[in-house]
This record gives sequence, C-alpha cells and structure tokens, in this order.
Amino acid sequence: MNIIVCVKQVPDTTEVRIHPVKGTLIREGIPSIMNPDDKAGLEAALRLKDEMGAHVSVITMGPRQADEVLREALAMGADKAYLISDPEFSGSDTWATSSTIAAAITKLEYDLVITGRQAIDGDTAQVGPEIAEHLNIPHISYCEELKIDGDEVVVKRQFEDRYQILSVSMPALITALGELNEPRYMTPGGIFDAYREKEITLWTRPDIPIKDENIGLKGSPTRVAKTNPKLLKQPGTKIETGVDESVQFIMEKLKEKFIL
Amino acid sequence: MDFNLSKEHQMARQLFHDFAVKEVEPWAEETDELHRFPWEAVRKMQKYGFMGIPFPKEIGGQGCDTLTYILAVEEIAKICGTTAVILSAHTSLAADAIYINGTDEQKEKFLRPLVEGKKLGSFALTEPDAGTDAAGQQTKVISDGDEWLINGNKIFITNGEVADIYVAFGMTDKSSGVRGISAFIIEKETPGFSFGPCEKKMGIRGSSTCELVFDNCRIPKNNLLGREGKGFGIAMSTLDGGRIGIAAQALGLAEGALDKTIQYVKERKQFNSPIAKYQNTQFVLAQMKTEIEATRWLVYNACVKKDSGKPFATEAAMAKLKASQVASEVTRECVQLHGGYGYIQAFHVERMMRDAKVTEIYEGTSEVMKMVISGNLLK
Amino acid sequence: MRDCDMSIKENAVFVYAEQVDNRITPVSLELLGKAHDLAEKLGSQVVALLLGFRVAELTNILTSYGAQAIVLADHADLGQYRTEPFTQVISQIIERYQPEIVLFGGTSIGRDLAPRVAGRVHTGLTADCTSLEIEEDSKRFLMTRPAFGGNLLATIVCPEHRPAMATVRPGVMVKREPNETAVAEIVDFDGIIVENSLFTTIREILKKDVSKHDIQDAKIIVAGGRGMHNTEGFALLQDLADSLGGELASSRAAVDAGLQDKSRQVGQTGITVRPLLYIACGISGAIQHLAGMEESDFIIAINSDPTAPIFNVADVGVVGDAFKIVPKLIEAIRRERS
Repeated sequence: MNIIVCVKQVPDTTEVRIHPVKGTLIREGIPSIMNPDDKAGLEAALRLKDEMGAHVSVITMGPRQADEVLREALAMGADKAYLISDPEFSGSDTWATSSTIAAAITKLEYDLVITGRQAIDGDTAQVGPEIAEHLNIPHISYCEELKIDGDEVVVKRQFEDRYQILSVSMPALITALGELNEPRYMTPGGIFDAYREKEITLWTRPDIPIKDENIGLKGSPTRVAKTNPKLLKQPGTKIETGVDESVQFIMEKLKEKFIL
Repeated sequence: MDFNLSKEHQMARQLFHDFAVKEVEPWAEETDELHRFPWEAVRKMQKYGFMGIPFPKEIGGQGCDTLTYILAVEEIAKICGTTAVILSAHTSLAADAIYINGTDEQKEKFLRPLVEGKKLGSFALTEPDAGTDAAGQQTKVISDGDEWLINGNKIFITNGEVADIYVAFGMTDKSSGVRGISAFIIEKETPGFSFGPCEKKMGIRGSSTCELVFDNCRIPKNNLLGREGKGFGIAMSTLDGGRIGIAAQALGLAEGALDKTIQYVKERKQFNSPIAKYQNTQFVLAQMKTEIEATRWLVYNACVKKDSGKPFATEAAMAKLKASQVASEVTRECVQLHGGYGYIQAFHVERMMRDAKVTEIYEGTSEVMKMVISGNLLK
Repeated sequence: MRDCDMSIKENAVFVYAEQVDNRITPVSLELLGKAHDLAEKLGSQVVALLLGFRVAELTNILTSYGAQAIVLADHADLGQYRTEPFTQVISQIIERYQPEIVLFGGTSIGRDLAPRVAGRVHTGLTADCTSLEIEEDSKRFLMTRPAFGGNLLATIVCPEHRPAMATVRPGVMVKREPNETAVAEIVDFDGIIVENSLFTTIREILKKDVSKHDIQDAKIIVAGGRGMHNTEGFALLQDLADSLGGELASSRAAVDAGLQDKSRQVGQTGITVRPLLYIACGISGAIQHLAGMEESDFIIAINSDPTAPIFNVADVGVVGDAFKIVPKLIEAIRRERS
C-alpha cells in the first residue's frame, strides 16, 4: 500500500509576539515546526506502515529550508521525501498550491493521500479538499480515527455535535485532525538516517506537469490586499461601581469581543 | 575547525529538548520531593532508543556518536538532574563497559537488551572502604568449578535497585593488588545477590542509589568481563567515558538554572524596575553565561576525542572538573538572584543547586580529576 | 411561491443555507443578514441555497431572515451531508446562475464543502472570514480574516474569478430581525446528481456526548482563587463557566485549600493556558498565577481589593464582590443567549 503525506513547515504561531511599541509582528527567532495536523497525518501513515507494511512518502511545497520538515518526517520513519520548491510557485493561494501539489502527486503511485486539516499559519483548511478535487478522488475531512478495510478507507469524521463513520474506496484523500493520535518522537538513529542514508528529491518548475496559468501569484484567484497585526492590547480599564453597572459593563465587553 | 553543530546534531538536540519538556518535566518535582524513580520518563526513553544512542545498529543501538548521546544528557539535565544521571550511568558506565570489553556472546546477551531499551544497566565499583581508593576492593571473587563465587558489598550504586544488568568489580587475586581485580557481569535475581538500603540524598533524589550485597552469589564463568586481573583498567577507562556524561549533566544543570533565572529577572520587579535592569544582575548573568560556554566546548571536545579513538582521559577529566564547578557556582548564584523565591521548591533552582553538588563527587571527585590532569601534565 | 428561474438574477449574493436534521444552522441566518448588506451595496439579490431531503418547510425561516430567492434542491441523495452530491448540486447551481458571491458558514460542513466547490468551479475561496465589505468606490469585495495563528488580520480580494467564495466564522455576522411577512421566490434545482466513485458511504452516525475537556484547550476559562472562599463560591463559578460554554479553573491557593483538584490549577506549578477569555474571580494575581494565564487574549478580573495585582494584567478590571456580581452576570448571559 502506498501512502503520500502532505506536510507543511510553519512558524510556531503560538510563539509569535506583537512588538510592544511598533505593533508589528515579530517574526524573527520564531522556530519553524511541522504543522501539527500534518504530523498527526504522518503518524497515521506510519502506524499503517508498522501494521501493514505500507510505503510512506512525504511531500511538501515551500522554500528550500522546508527540507527540514522532510528530514523530520524521514527521521520519524517515512521512506521517501519530495520537496517542491521554485520561486515560480511563490505567492500561491490555496488554488495554486493545491494544483501544484496535485500535479506533483500524479507522478507517484498512491492509494491514500493524507493531509492535515489546516495549517496554523494559513488556517484555511482548503488545500486538502482542493488537492482531492484536482486529483478527482474522494476526500473525507476532519478525520478523528482511520482504518483500512480491504480497499476502502473507513473514517470517523467529526462534526460539531456528532460523528459519521464514513467509508470510501481508495484512492482517496483524508484530512487529519490533531486529535487523531499522539505522534511519535523521532529516534536519534532515525535522525542520523534521515541526514545520512535517506534522500530528498527536489522538484522544481520543470518537474511539475502543470500549466503556468495555475501556478504562483498569477495562478491564484485570490490575493492579499493588505495585512494588519491584531490590535495591540490597550491598557486595561478598571471600574469600581455598583453591581448592576458592573454586570452591564462586562456584558458589553463580552459582546464586543464576540464571546456573546 | 567548525564549532557549529551539524544539522543532525541540531535536530537531535531539538528532539531531546522537546522530549525533556514534554516527558521529563512533568515528573521533575515529584521525582525530587518523593525520592521517586522517574519510571514514566525512563520507559519512554527506552522506547525511543535513547538508552543506546552511541552504539552501533548491529548490536541494537541507534548508530549515533558520543556527542549525540551527550546532547541527550545535557538537554535532560536542564530539566531534571536525576533523569540525566540515570541515562548517563546506564550508557557510559554499564553499556560502554560491555561494549568495549565484552565478547561477542556477552554483547549479544547483555549489551543488546541494554541498548535496545529492554533492560537497565548499572556499574558497581564503590565499596564502604573503597571510594577514591578504588583499588582497595574488598569484594572477594573465588573460582569454583565453572562458576565464580562472590562475597562482598557495594554502596552508592546508581540505578542500584532498578537495574537488570550490573557490571561489578571484585578481587580475584588479593596478592596481586591492583592487578588482582576483575570485572563481572551480574544479572538481577541471581541467587545470593540482594540489595541493602537505598540512600536518601541531598540531590538527584529520584536516582536509585543503593547497596548491593553479594552473599555466596554464584555466576557463570562466562560472566567474566575482559581478562582476569584486568578489572581495574576496565573500571578506570570506563570511568573516563562516564566523566563526559557527568560533565554533560553538570552543564545541563547550569544551563537550566540560568534559563529559569533569565526569565525570572525579566519579570520580577523591585523599586519599579525589573531586576534585570540592575547592573549587579546583569554582571552576574554575564559571568555565568561565559563560564557555561567555556564548559560547553570542553565537554564537546571530550566527545570528539573519545570518538576519534585517541586518548581522551585528560579531556574528560577537565570537562568534568570544570563543568561540576560551574554547575555548583551557577546554580547557587541563580538561587541568590531569585531572592526569597530561590529558596522555594516551586521555582526549581534550589533543586538544581542540590543536584549540582554531587557532580563534584561521583565518578571521581574533583580532586581525582586534578590528579588525572596533573598526572598527564607532569609525565 | 414558485416561479420560473428568471427570478434569480446574475451576480447575486448566494448564501449556502446549511441545515442539519431539518434545522437551519444559526450561522446561515447570520450570513443572510450580511448578504443583505452586501447585496444592497452591489444592487443585487440575496439568494439562499437549500439542500436536503424533505426540507421545503425551511424556506419559510430563510425568507423571514432575508432570502429574496431560494434555490431548493430536495433529493433523497441529499438527506445526510456528504461532500460529493452536495458539491455536484452547488457547482451546477453556480454554473447556472452565475452569482457574484457565495457565502458558507465556517462550520465543519462549510469548511469541507466550500473548498471542494471552489475547486470544481475554479474560483477563489477565503476561509474563516470575520469581516466582509464592499469597498466604496471600487466596489471590490473585501474579505478579512485572521491568519498566522490569529496574530494577523489579512484582507483578501478575488479580482477576476467568479463567484468570490468565502466561509464565515459563526457568531460574527449579525442576523436581521425576522420579517414574517417577507416573500421569496422558490426555484427548484433542475440539475442532476450522478452517483460516482467520489460518493462516500455513511456506515453509522454517532451523536456526541458532552465530554470533559482538558482545560488546556478551553477557549473560555472562569477561574477562582482564595477570594471565592468555599465550594458554594466555586459552584457559582462553574455555573458561570457553563453559561459561557467554558471550563472552570483555579489558582493554587484554592487547590491547596482543597477546593479544587490540581488538574484545574493554573499557574507556575500548574497548567499554562491561553484562552480567548479568562475571567479571574477572587484571584489576587500573584506572579505564580500570572505565569499561567497572562497570555490569554482577553482577561476580566473581579476582585474586591482594588490593589490586587491581577488588575495590572486585566483588560477589564471590576472592583467588587464576585458573590454579588457573578449571579447577575450569569442571568444576563443566559438571557442574551436565549
């Protein structure tokens, strides 16, 4: 069985700070990590490798330094790694990204494609389903549990108030939730293997069978018009007043903040 | 000369750091307060191959180098001195002794389970009357048919009660003095092998530090490690490697204390300023950082020397001597910079200070380190 | 009232009216409200898309909340949500009626369906929007959303492709006042659903029971300290937490006093949390506690001591008696939510 896992290297957005004076995002010194949902997807693939001898390839699209996340995947036990990297792919929105990755995937054999549900920097949850659409294969998202049953994949799919147990014939794509599992650590030996024994295949523009009109900034239906850092924390307001006024004040604030 | 860690080593450090934070830290306080062996962390370390890092894959190890293993001890020590020494004693003392001196059968039977994380190792040299004077071994070992008969006791043995495989030393020929000492491999549950009390200690409280008692304990002839009469040399050369592990433990303790202190002084305000703004704080931090960095390169250098196959006893001794001094000083200063909070368990630095002290003592006291270094200088 | 499909103009603002088990998901109504504002600025029409099986009666609520026309796809294959049949229907509707904008609620259905549809019709999709506007002169459709873990707000446009699609965060847009006398054109979907290998099989449906979370991941936390005194005090806070759909937490003092379990302890020696909302009641705000919660998005503190250090980190500080304020707060919240 062949599994392809799509992973993304992301800044650890839980570590991001706003500059106290300038109000801008401080991006320097933020560690890069493997996107948590993707790591859960990779772990699911590795468990299938342990249980049924599946072959696990990992693929990522990004700048050259995204190879670090592929090394991590190899160190965890993935067999092969592919890095899609070319300046022509930069500026891609989810359409262009998913198109490019899907085109790369067509070069490989696969029964199952696993992506994370969403990345902690883009937060769109779109790329997985869009890849499936480009590949013309079914997808199931919000996967909380995953099993293989013959030539079908069986998924416990999470909704707000219920679960569906869904099955579909492979080839198929599933998007993994962080809750799917507890990913394994790398082993020290795995790390040495990842750097010394295993290989990362680099694919640049000529290697990807895709039309220009679908890649990069030009191939992206959406554009970023502008960005603003989230509003700086204003100094707090302190009030000392009657009970009813206090309650009213709190309610206003809760509504302002969309808590209510 | 490249002072940068390779990508593999950087990634390994990140692995050990993440592991220490997620798997070791939750147990650090309880380990100290209850004098409790951190089984949860150790089981996970066994599962992920941490207990066999510098040993070849052919024998079940991870196939990495000494530096990778030392990074593991360092990162874990930043969080918990106890867990770090468990790893160090198992790897540098027990496993390495068998790796260097064992026959192929012994490696297969005893080393493999150690490095695959199935069993824990321990190294038993010290006796009530034989500490620094390690040659004064009283444990007697008599040849009896196809067995050895052992009588005697060992004290202060790390991983004492929890280990499965012990590398121990005894006198096979009292008349030959130092050349009458031999090394043995002894398994737990061997009849005649039992444990005395385990010590309650100033620091590394979760480490199982126990007395081993041999009362007509019989082991197979094949459990002799190395040649008869060569035990003292085996002990000394094994300890050379062990010293690098302890140096890494001390380095980690100092770094962990410094990290906590830097965080604290930025947050703690007195007289309307964070105390980080005061020059005393700044100067003390600067000095500590410099000492730690100097220590770091002594430790890593010892690793590289060991792996190169060249003699490394002096480098290891210098690393341990410096690191243990720095650990004691830095942790003490860190407590002081915390003021009253430094005395409080919840702020961790007092534990690190108590943990640090033993690094100046075990696996060869600082005085012994000076003997080794000056011995080399003056030959 | 049914009419021929000339009633659906091109360049309309479409809203996917999500329904589950014959109940319209609240976000759909919020979207109708927003669609109305957008349609007004564009001089176009608000159209709801209603998919399901035997759901015709739901057109009434959609109409009263702002749908001016409704495309109704009522079909046995649409009984339970599945990606492929729903995608086929919506894609065909889009091809047929050429809307300017299509909005989906950012629910687990919306965030599954919208990208598949966007892929099928080859257009731009913006996820999890918290704000949608039509720019004054240019008439550009501006979709604003949090990115980078919520630390940035990005404004996205879809210059050429149509329709511009967006999923919208629930609880952000405002639904209109319902108008029971409103009337909408209802148009039956006249395309086809082709069963193919992309169809999933629903083997089972399991309803969730509300299970305990780890407070680590809670988005809303109500925490109590020594100032809550006793179990009645914490019961009150549990009530407040329930009313907000949040979790109860505690400072170390309360844990040491045996009022709460250690698993709920926030602080240096407990858990570090970074919820959207942290309400600290009767907590003085010692440095050990702050270490566990000062990264919260929004902090409300209620304490009778005006000099309590918690007020230094609180966005909203209320000096007062939590035992008096919290019960009234719970009432007000429950009223608001109903």
